[in-house]
Amino acid sequence: MKSKSYNGQVIPINRDNVDTDLIIPKQYLKSIKKSGFGPFLFDSLRYNDTATLDSNDEREENSEFILNREPFRKGNILVSKSNFGCGSSREHAVWAIQNYGIDVVIAESFADIFSRNSFKNGLLLITLESQTINEIIDSSLSSNSYILDVNLAEDKILLPNDKTITFSISRSYKDRIINELDDIELTLRNKDQIKNYENQMKLSKPWLFNNE
Amino acid sequence: MKQTLYDKIWNDHCILDNDDHSSLIYIDRHLIHEVTSPQAFDGLDIKKRDIWNKKSIMATTDHNVPTINRDQGITDPVSKIQIEALRENCKKHNIELYDLDNLKQGIVHVIGPELGMTQPGMTIVCGDSHTSTHGALASLSFGIGTSDVEHVLATQCLNLTKEKNFNIEVNGVLHPYITSKDLILYIIGSIGTSGGTGYTIEYTGETISDLSIESRMTICNMTIEAGAKSGLMAFDEKTHDYLKDREFLPSSKHYDDALKYWETLISDSGVTFDRKEKFNASDIQPQVTWGTSPEMVTSVDECIPSSDSIDNEEEYLDTLAYMGLEPKTEIKSIDLDKIFIGSCTNSRIEDLRQAAEVVEGEKVSSKIKQAIIVPGSGLVKAQAEREGLDKIFMKAGFEWRDPGCSMCLGMNDDFLQPYERCVSTSNRNFQGRQGDKGRTHLVSPGMAAVAAIKGHFYNVKDFMNEK
Ligand code: SF4
Repeated sequence: MKSKSYNGQVIPINRDNVDTDLIIPKQYLKSIKKSGFGPFLFDSLRYNDTATLDSNDEREENSEFILNREPFRKGNILVSKSNFGCGSSREHAVWAIQNYGIDVVIAESFADIFSRNSFKNGLLLITLESQTINEIIDSSLSSNSYILDVNLAEDKILLPNDKTITFSISRSYKDRIINELDDIELTLRNKDQIKNYENQMKLSKPWLFNNE
Repeated sequence: MKQTLYDKIWNDHCILDNDDHSSLIYIDRHLIHEVTSPQAFDGLDIKKRDIWNKKSIMATTDHNVPTINRDQGITDPVSKIQIEALRENCKKHNIELYDLDNLKQGIVHVIGPELGMTQPGMTIVCGDSHTSTHGALASLSFGIGTSDVEHVLATQCLNLTKEKNFNIEVNGVLHPYITSKDLILYIIGSIGTSGGTGYTIEYTGETISDLSIESRMTICNMTIEAGAKSGLMAFDEKTHDYLKDREFLPSSKHYDDALKYWETLISDSGVTFDRKEKFNASDIQPQVTWGTSPEMVTSVDECIPSSDSIDNEEEYLDTLAYMGLEPKTEIKSIDLDKIFIGSCTNSRIEDLRQAAEVVEGEKVSSKIKQAIIVPGSGLVKAQAEREGLDKIFMKAGFEWRDPGCSMCLGMNDDFLQPYERCVSTSNRNFQGRQGDKGRTHLVSPGMAAVAAIKGHFYNVKDFMNEK
């Protein structure tokens, strides 16, 4: 097993229910690519103006927003509260987070489809208790630099005050991220079972294949 | 062992159990649209993979399409690229596409059931979170991201971890003019937007049985807003009546066998759910959301709640600032700019009939800048026109549009200007959802129609009594 760790500045987003419309607004979903979404991450909070996918104009930043402030601008570990990633199933939200350069999202809880999309793209999600989250958010907001060290192999996070937090993560998620697996390839190893199942269904529930 | 409806459909589709608690689940129906599919087809091309079962797929253009002047084609160049990509992908792989020139084109979750592509007992996926809608026909349906779209295209399966079973039982009679939209908003207000996370919700109880299939779809549609990927309702006589004669139904050769199977699609009596909540339908008044999450909802005769009713004071104040509202404002006193009747939540024929009943003989208030009605599909539109509903709407000052997602998410030209306040029959009041800095209030079709006439919120029940 390769070891994987992430070290970097925290970006605190101090709210519940960060939805995927907020992460990447719909006007950028018209792209047919998986890249190029980074500049539009949290677009409506990050800029005072609006843009389109194909415009190259200089944007007017909202200086209040966390991503436009030092040291958060170059952060790579996003920390937020409950139900992160709720709403639309758009995988563009995960691509935007990754395109920006964020490697890890830590929150109290995540919405189901967002979790799945993150898993598929190897974006590491970590769930922590609200008390710990609040501590990280408060401390990061009041210091010039707040660096976490996330050690995936050992399920541990090292805080700047040398405190260690253990998190739990499913084996398959961990494998997926560490070994960068191709899920389709893995599923196709069961091709014969899928075919068998399908053949059985064609006999027992032929109407499912009516329009063949 | 006794099984829930969810257990039954799950077990029927389980090919094998993996050693990490997930299972390989077969997918019967795959619905696709222009926004979440291009990268999936690209992925197949790069790896030179084939599509497993083309006949299981139905495609439509809906999210991004114009709802006006369609004869001029798609003028936005970026939207055009995306729609062209879907057209090319469907052509190349020989996939059935319901495009703009087809009378049956419409919002994917409206046309699936309408054409009978959605059938009881099926597993149905789509790169869209509101796929939960199809659960009203006793099918296990849920939204997926683009990587999963690619996975289903290539393998006809998904590796899934089974959710827990959650039963929401609703009894009692809904008051006249109170709809299933009010009911689901009320439920979300009570259990919260993450209340259903990790569960599949099955709705039961006499209120649900009494609802029409279209009204049931509104509830399953918004189940994702309660955090659950799938909502389910048992098969019954009404499901059967709804399905009869739909285009893609089982042929007469297999129909009886199919029906026999469908009749098993109910939870075994006495089965235990992991969680259960009960609601009384007669408690419910017309609902209006006041914030930027569907759980921020109250009755039309109430005021915006004070901050003590909310956990996070900062979020409460931010929300009200975004919405341009003050704490404790009376809902009925809020002035409005735009009205949108449409979306996969409320754009079916019954929704339009409800709105038309309110609108008949009335005029849209001069305070309202724009009021649009966007039918969910070409077939819904044609039916409404046969019934003369279009004339009622247009006479009152509504715009009568072509089918699509439209102002539900504003990817086409129908969106809010900054700070405009919209009353919408859609499902999401998130910040910027209907347009940058736009403000959304979610309601039922009847409530939206009354708001259009009054220029502010008003209780539809009172309006109809006074009419
Ligand atoms: S109508 Fe709205 S919610 Fe429904 S599929 Fe279209 S964009 Fe999504």
